[in-house]
This record gives sequence, structure tokens and C-alpha cells, in this order.
Amino acid sequence: MKKKLMNMSDTNLLLTITIVVFVVMYLCAIIFEGKGFLKPQTFFNILNANAALIILSCGLSLVMITGSIDISVGGITALVSMCCAVYLDYHGGSVFGSVMIALGIGLAFGLFQGLLIAYLDIQPFIVTLAGMFFARGMTTIVHTNPFNVENEAFVALKETRIIVPGMGSYNKNGTYVNAYVEIGVIVALLVVAIMFVLLRKTRQGRAFYAVGGNGQSALMLGINVKRTKFIAHLICGILAGIGGYVYFLHVGSGAASHASGAEMNAIASSIIGGTMLTGGVGNIIGTLFGVLSLSTIQNIVSSAGLDQAWWTGITIAAMLCLFLVIQSVVMARKKKMTKK
Amino acid sequence: MNENSILEMRNIDKVFPGVRALSGVDFTLRKGEIHALMGENGAGKSTLIKVLTGVYPKDNGEIRMAGHDKPVNIKSPEDAQNIGISTVYQEITLCSNLSVAENIFIGREKSFFTNWKMRNKRAGEILKSLDIPASPTQQLGTCSIAVQQMVAIARAVDMECKILILDEPTSSLDEQEVAKLFKLMRELKQRGVGIIFVTHFLDQVYEVCDRITVLRDGKLVGEYEIKDLPRLMLVSKMLGKELDDMSSIKSDSGGYNGEDKDKILFEAENLSSVEAVNPFDFHIKKGEVNGFTGLLGSGRSESVRAIFGADRVLSGKLKKDGRDIKITKPIDAMKNKIAYLPEDRKEDGIIGDLSVRENIILALQVLEGFFHPFSRAKAEEFADEYIKLLEIKTASTDTPVKSLSGGNQQKVILARWLLTHPDYLILDEPTRGIDVGTKVEIQKLVLKLASEGMGVTFISSETDEMLRTCSRLIVMRDRHVVGELTGEDLNQHKIMSTIAEGESE
Amino acid sequence: MKTGNIFQKIFRRQIMIPLAAFLLLAIFNLVADPSFYKITLGYNSAGNPVLSGYLITILDYGSELAILAIGMTLVTAASGGQDISVGAAIAISGSMLLRCLCGADTRSENLNMPIICAFLISMVVAGLFGAFNGVLVAYFKIQPMVATLILFTAGRSIAAWINNNELPIVNDQSFAIYGGFIPGIPIPMPFFIAVIVMIITWLILKFTNLGLYVQSVGINEKSSRLNGLNPELLKVLTFVLLGVCVSVAALIKTSRLMTINYSVIAKDIEMDAILAVALGGNALSGGKFNIPASILGAYVIQFLTTTLYKFNVSSDALSAYKAVVVILLVVFSSESVRGWIGGLFKKSVAVKAGKEAKS
Repeated sequence: MKKKLMNMSDTNLLLTITIVVFVVMYLCAIIFEGKGFLKPQTFFNILNANAALIILSCGLSLVMITGSIDISVGGITALVSMCCAVYLDYHGGSVFGSVMIALGIGLAFGLFQGLLIAYLDIQPFIVTLAGMFFARGMTTIVHTNPFNVENEAFVALKETRIIVPGMGSYNKNGTYVNAYVEIGVIVALLVVAIMFVLLRKTRQGRAFYAVGGNGQSALMLGINVKRTKFIAHLICGILAGIGGYVYFLHVGSGAASHASGAEMNAIASSIIGGTMLTGGVGNIIGTLFGVLSLSTIQNIVSSAGLDQAWWTGITIAAMLCLFLVIQSVVMARKKKMTKK
Repeated sequence: MNENSILEMRNIDKVFPGVRALSGVDFTLRKGEIHALMGENGAGKSTLIKVLTGVYPKDNGEIRMAGHDKPVNIKSPEDAQNIGISTVYQEITLCSNLSVAENIFIGREKSFFTNWKMRNKRAGEILKSLDIPASPTQQLGTCSIAVQQMVAIARAVDMECKILILDEPTSSLDEQEVAKLFKLMRELKQRGVGIIFVTHFLDQVYEVCDRITVLRDGKLVGEYEIKDLPRLMLVSKMLGKELDDMSSIKSDSGGYNGEDKDKILFEAENLSSVEAVNPFDFHIKKGEVNGFTGLLGSGRSESVRAIFGADRVLSGKLKKDGRDIKITKPIDAMKNKIAYLPEDRKEDGIIGDLSVRENIILALQVLEGFFHPFSRAKAEEFADEYIKLLEIKTASTDTPVKSLSGGNQQKVILARWLLTHPDYLILDEPTRGIDVGTKVEIQKLVLKLASEGMGVTFISSETDEMLRTCSRLIVMRDRHVVGELTGEDLNQHKIMSTIAEGESE
Repeated sequence: MKTGNIFQKIFRRQIMIPLAAFLLLAIFNLVADPSFYKITLGYNSAGNPVLSGYLITILDYGSELAILAIGMTLVTAASGGQDISVGAAIAISGSMLLRCLCGADTRSENLNMPIICAFLISMVVAGLFGAFNGVLVAYFKIQPMVATLILFTAGRSIAAWINNNELPIVNDQSFAIYGGFIPGIPIPMPFFIAVIVMIITWLILKFTNLGLYVQSVGINEKSSRLNGLNPELLKVLTFVLLGVCVSVAALIKTSRLMTINYSVIAKDIEMDAILAVALGGNALSGGKFNIPASILGAYVIQFLTTTLYKFNVSSDALSAYKAVVVILLVVFSSESVRGWIGGLFKKSVAVKAGKEAKS
């Protein structure tokens, strides 16, 4: 057993913990919270509601693997929603144009933050903290009051449901209802797939791990450390743009308070998904499970009748704390075993 | 450029703030030779290598390589790899979070996508051919340090390089592994690869190398065929003393004659720490100056760190003034009136941004406790007293210590410890990187302190300093005590022969 | 040449940075609208004399920030990172305070216990949460900002949980003093509280070795350990001290409203506190610190906030402007940019010298 633990890579070890935790949690939900969790649609609803979070978490996992951090993604999401909403409803814009705006905003944040962090060596936390405040502030400057978007093409897109074959269930009246997912879920799964391939199968992807694991060694191994960090932040910014648009597509409105605390949930998902804060260890599949675990817990909390909002915050923080300590302890133990 | 040579470095200069690390160094490497680069600590070997591999930019000079018409410009380790220089550094510069196979291949692949299957297969072959007991998919961090070092060597060897640099690769390897490495080096030599080999093990130099270049104080001492340079002469070249010169120097230490000089001040039995792995016994008498000697990496610093509790102590019984004491962390040692001036002044010694005054009073202030700060006037008084006593050159007591010269920084740390009025003072390389005048002052001070009854352990890479100050020398090699010299045996000759040959285990 | 040296010396003084920012803002306001500086003496509803005006607002509302800046400076110096949970911790501490004052009955007419007892309890609670952060940072080696992220998320929820998500209201007017005025004195009470905290801080720094220890741990942890210090314990201590500062700020904040709003109280104050430390010229990577400069920095930020409010910037949009200030600050204090500017300066001097030599 010990030998097995030793030979497992850090990434796989933490990934295993995550998946086990998720499965146990979902089983508990089915046992204690009744049949609701057995319906496929319950699971797909979790996906629908968290597609944006999945995308944001992918970006965060990437920067965290590289040994950095980004807490501006929630702010960027709000800014993207608001800008797109204003563009669609007040300037008669097209859906395509709004997608471009979202990408542009993400790209701009990624570029600027990446430059400051990678090439000027400024602490990533400070840069992205400022980025977060800037994005939140700009959101209210663009438009103060929340409103629902009424652009027809956009609403049609928002209402599009993609039927998942063979996964339906019978409702109360006995009619068969197909299970469905929204477009955002497809985008999110695509992002997960692309990021998985990028991190696992490409030269650049492995460079992220090397830089996060040990920047000095990575330099000696012939990797351009600064460029690698820059690319990580650039991709994270773009993903925040995409995630912002998916969020916008789900809620269909612009508001300054949108996605508040999303950066926190994204970081928590990444950590629960087995990404190490210290860098160099992490897995996109784990991140996906991290998001699912997090939202399952939220569902459990709300269906257990603990409706008060504070329970969610406390459970997430408790989970985060638990996983941080697990990481710290597991790594310390492994280090000791290697020394012997 | 000479036809035979594969690399020529000419007139290389490198200046760090306050230190001239290399001045006008030439270095030539021929095709298919193993070339030893020798020199004591701080001689500039590592700097020269880091200039060659693009870690540091050079300030002056040019580097030419066979096959390049113009001098090559190496700006980063990436560039160095691309033109065929591969390096194994002393400290392991691999990523422990990645697999063994990845560490062999990362940073030198051309294709955008990585083929894991191919790569693991290839890595498996390399590991097998070198007899390295690791699987390609294993995470590097789970391998032992020796295996990691072998993986680093495997990576470097696999790079189809023209020049292979091995910077102290053997310090963590056992004999069999070293033998494997040497076999490999000879094979590469047959293929025409030029190998630069840095080591502090003299045996190894004479076993595999063809030529030797010796550096001292950032300057070139000379380039020799191995057969023209016997061991003793090599050591003398590294230390910077001509042979005749050295044998003529007689130790003028042992001049101290205190009343209670036979009283044992401090003794340790079976002491070991996580760094000083081999348990050792040690004692010092009142008013005695003794020293640990041995080449770099022989374990002399680790031994004194264990005495002070600087690294996690694993075993050992300690006695001070005949009383049993326990030291697990530095504050315990300080409370027992032991002081330690660390080897690495910048990393372990000075608190760079704090003023000279604060640096001087720090240790005493810690001993006094949290609620007893000195008044400003008192602190000034202490600082002034020691600035005067040690002749520290500083603009004022408020000057940040990092802006002082190396010698004066060292004096500040010395002042810090003298202020705590220790019974037993450990000085690890107190004279490194400081000017000659200050060196002599510090040696005089050591003798004076001892004559007042203090026990002093003195470590220096410069043997003549040790001879002048110490009345007993403990010689170390490869982390073992290999001899103890007193009285008549205290001469350069004997020390060098003990280091070079090693009396016994 | 000599005058140059004197100027250089003056400009190198750390306190010059916030002072320059302060003067810049002051002159801007003077030019834009001198009425900014008008102070009037009036009477409040209780018939007590009170001063009012923008300057008084700055003194009043800058107090909490100044108190937090003191603790934040210590945390920054020792651990080289910042605590982003102070806003949430204020919510917790404030909630605890009200819980103690009101007891189970959220509308009670009488105080459940003396204010001082309630305050001490809330201080202990805030200190414990500080210790929690500190342990994560010092012993588990988690970066400070990430470690404090936990409390940042959970803090406001915990605060709500303490009072069962109800909003207790204090009806006893004696509690209003701490965020208002002492009858007869026209200067706001928070200012006096801030001054008291500053004096206590000054006494601590004078009569203990806190300053020396914290700085040496922040500058060189390895070396500090070899000098017998316990870096982990000291880091935890700074976080506990920040917790104490948080509880004082919470007292003022809750006293102003006589109640609490868990999601709004002290919102974004962590950003301002960090900014105050940075504006005070303290390195955010730890080491040497200067508390007076941080305090001045805090008041300068309040000055900026008040100025922006005066120009009708909404409170939600404020953060965008502050973010720009932060970015400018960190960019210009980063090593590489400094080196680059230094290089430019040297070049221009060299060019000048060359020209002079030619002519």
C-alpha cells in the first residue's frame, strides 16, 4: 500500500482523492436526500448551472499549475455580462458581435495581467486583485442597474436545449421528459477537452508543469519561464472571457453583482480537484470533478432545508480548508518517505 | 581557433555587485577529452560554467565553438542546449513533480504534441542502458537523490551534445554509480565529446581526466596535462602556495597557555543531524582553538551546524562545562553561551535591510527576550563599542548592513556574537571573500579571544589561516572524520596528504 | 552637489511617498473646489456640538482604515503577504459584539452585558480567527493571500450564523458613542479611538522587541532562525495582532449603525488596507516597515475616496479608480521598472555629459 502510494504521481494521487470524494458525496446525496439525485436531469442541471464555473476553473487550474494565481475571473465575468447585455439591448448588436466583445475583454485582461506578472515580476495576487476591482468597478460604470436582455436572437440561443438521448425520466404526470443540457455545457466540455489535451499532450502544456514545479530548474532545462507564465495568464484571461459569455448565456442578464465570489469558487474547485497551490501538480479532469463536488454540496445543502445562504459559504470554505490541509499533509508525508 | 579544440573561452570577465567573480579567464576544451576544472570554494568554477551555459551573462570576453565562424552568443540555458552544450549541475535541476521520462525529454522536443508512448519507450531504453533503477513513468520526486542525479546525467548524455558539463555530479553517488558514470564518460570521450568535469574528489580527477585547469580567486592559475601535475602540486596550486613556500611555514599557533586549559569546555558524543549524516564525536577545551578542515563538501560546515542545532538534530549527547545539555534549536545553543557565525554570510548571516546597529544587537536582543528591548542610547552604545573594537567601516550605525563591504559585514556579524559574550565561538569561513587586511585582523582576534579563555572552532578553506590559529585540526573527507592533527603534525604537508590520501576511515 | 544629496535624502524618506500623494490630492481639491475645506460647527439631533465638512469626514471614516493599516503592516512585514479576510473578520467580530450586547433577544431595550465585556469577547474571537490564518500561513506554509481566502469566503456566513441570520439592533445610546460623538466634544469619537490605538502601538513598539523581530523575520527568515528567533510563532503573532485591530474597527463600524449588515459591512476594506500599506511605501514582499507611513497612507486613501464621492462617483464604481492607483503603484515600485527608469536617467545624464565634453 505504502509502496503504491509512493509510486503514484502527485497529480494522480490527488485526482484519485477527488473522484472518490465526489462519488461518495453523490451516493450520500442519493441515500439521504431521496430519489431527486437519481434523476439524470438533476445531474444535468448541476452541469447547466455550473458550465461557466467549469470554464473559469480550467483557467485557474492552468495558472495554479504554473505556480501563479488569478482572482479577477469573477470580475471579468460580470464585466463581460454587462458589456454584452448593453451591446445587445442598447446598441442593437448581434450575437456574434457580443461573443467578440466577450473574447476581447478576456484577451485584454489576460494580456495586461500576463505582462505585469511574467515580465515585470509583480506578485500575481496584487495584479489580479486590482484586475478584479477594476472589472467590478467598470461594470457599474458601463451600466448601473441590472436588467434582462431582450434581444431575440440571443434569447433564442439562450433557450436552446440540447436533448441528451436516452437519459429522460417520467415526471409526476407520467409523461416522458427528455433530459437536456444548455449550449454552455457543450462549450464547457469542449474547453475541458482542449485544455486536457493542451496540458497533457503538448510541449507547451508540459512546460506549465515544469515552471510550476520548479521555476529555476525549468530555466536550466531550457524552458522560457517568462513566456510560459505569460501564456498561462493569457489563456486564463481568454477562458474568463468565454466563461463570462457562457455565464451570460445562462442568466441572460447584466448586473454588477453577477458571479460574485466566482473566483473563490473557481479556486476552491481547482484545489478540491487536486491542483496544488504551490504549482506543478494538477489535472483538468480533477478540476471538472472539483466543480461537480462543489455544486453537489451546494445542492445537498439547499435540499437539506438549510436554505440560509451562509451555509453554502461555510461548507465551501470548510471543504477548501480540508483539502488544503490534506495537500499539505500528504505532501509532507511523501517527502519524509522519500528522504528515508 | 585551434583545430583540436571544441570550445575556446577567452578573457572572460564577470562582476557581481561588490565581487569580481571572474577576471580574464581563458579556458580551452579539446575534442574527446575529459577536462577537470579545479579550484577551491569561490575560485570561480561555478561562475565560469554558468557563463558558458547562459545562466549569467558575461561582462567581457568571447566564447568560440567548433563549427561556428563567429563567437557564439549564449543568452539562456535554452540557447546553450540548442548549440550542443548539456549540463549536469551540482544541485539537482530537474522538476520533481514530473515523471522520469519527462525530465529526460522536456525542453528539448521539437514537435508540438508529445508522444508519451514513444517517449516512455525511449526513456526506458536509456535508463536500461545506463542501469538506472527507475521506471520511466515514475514521478522523479519519489526517486532517491542518487537516482535523480543519474537521471540528470542520462538527460545530458542523451542530448547528442558536443560538450558535456558535469558540475560535481558525484557528490551524491555511491562507488558503483560513480563507476558507471566513469564508464559512460569514457564512451562519450571515444565519440569525440568534450567533457568538463568539476569535482572535489581528487581520486576521481586522476582516475578519468586528461587535463586540468586550475582557477583561484576568479583568475586562471594554469592548464596542465594530468601527468605533469602530481596530487600534492595540484592541491598547492588550488590553495595558492608554492610547494617550497608551504613546507617552510611553521605553525605559530599553540601560543596560548591558560591556567585551566585542560578543562573540557564542550563535548559532543555521537552527534548527527539531517545534514551531517555520519555521527561524530567532538570536544573542545577552554581557551583552545581547533578547526575542521577538508575540501568543499567534506562536511565541515554541516558538523558545526549540528553543534549549534541549526539543522534538525538526529542523535547525540552534549555536555558543556561537564553538565548535560540539550540543543535542538539555535536558541538552546545561545542560552548555553555558544555562538555561531554561519558560512553563508548573505543567506544565513546578515539581515540585509536592517541597520548596522540592529544587526549588532540582534542576537543579544533575542537572548534578552521579547519584553526587554534596549533603549536607543544603549543600543547605540553597544554598536559604537563594537564598531570601534572591530574597526568596522560604516558611515553611521543607521546604515543598512547590506551596503557595507563583505569584510565589514562579516565584522558586524562577529560583533553580534561577541556582544552575547559566548564561552564557545564557532566561526565557519569567517574570512571568505574579504580583503587580506581584514583576514589577518580576524585571525588575531580569534587568538586574542582564546587567550581570554574562550573556546573557538575555526573553519577556513585557506589552510595557512588554520595553521596560524588552530592548535588542533580535525580533517574531514567525504563527510567522515579521517584524521586529527596536533603538534608536530600541524603543517601544510601533513594536512594535504591527509586530505589527498586520507589516513583511514 | 550637496543640495542634491539633501534632496535625495528627503525623497528617500519613506513617509515622503504618502505625503506626496496627500499633497497632490490636497492641491487638486484646492484648485477644483476650495469649498472642500469648509468646516462648519453645527448641532446634532441630541443637541451636541459637532463639526462637519469633508475634512472631518476623512478624519472620521479614515479611522477604521488607519487601525487596520497598523495590523496589516505588521502582517505584511512578517509574512511577505497580505490578509484579505479583514472585511469578513470585521463582520464576524461585529456580529459577535452585537450578539453579546443584545443576547438572544435581538430587539432588547437593555444591554445584555457591559460594552467593555462584549468588546473583549469580540476581540478574543477576532484574535482566534487571526491565529487560524496565521497557523495556515506559518505552519502549513500556505501563501498568506490564499490562506486568508478561506475566511474571506466563509467569514460573512459565519457572521450571519452567529446571530442566526437576524439583525440585532442596539437601542442603548451609550453604544453610539464609539462611532459618533462624545457629548460636548465636536470631534468624532472614531478619531480618538484611532489615536488611542496608535499610542498603544507606539508603546508596544517601544517597550517590546516586536519591531526588530518582525522585521528580521520578514527580511531573512533563515538568518533569523539562526539568531534564535521563532519565525513561525512571530508570524502567528502578527496575525493575532491584526485580529485585535479588526475587533476595534468592528466596534466603530457597528457603533456607527447600531446594527450590522453582514454582506455590506466593511466591504472591500481589505483592498483599502493593503493599498494603505503599499502607499505608505512598505514593500508588499515583507521586511522593513514604517507604521506612521501606513497610517498616513490610510488617511490619504480616505481622502481619495471622499474626493471621488464629492465628484459623484458611485460607491460601486470607486473600486475601478482605486484599482488603477494600485496598478500604477506596483508597476512603479517593481524592480525592473525602477531599474529601467534608472537606466533611462543614467543614459540621459551620460548623454548630457558626453555633449558637454564635446562642446
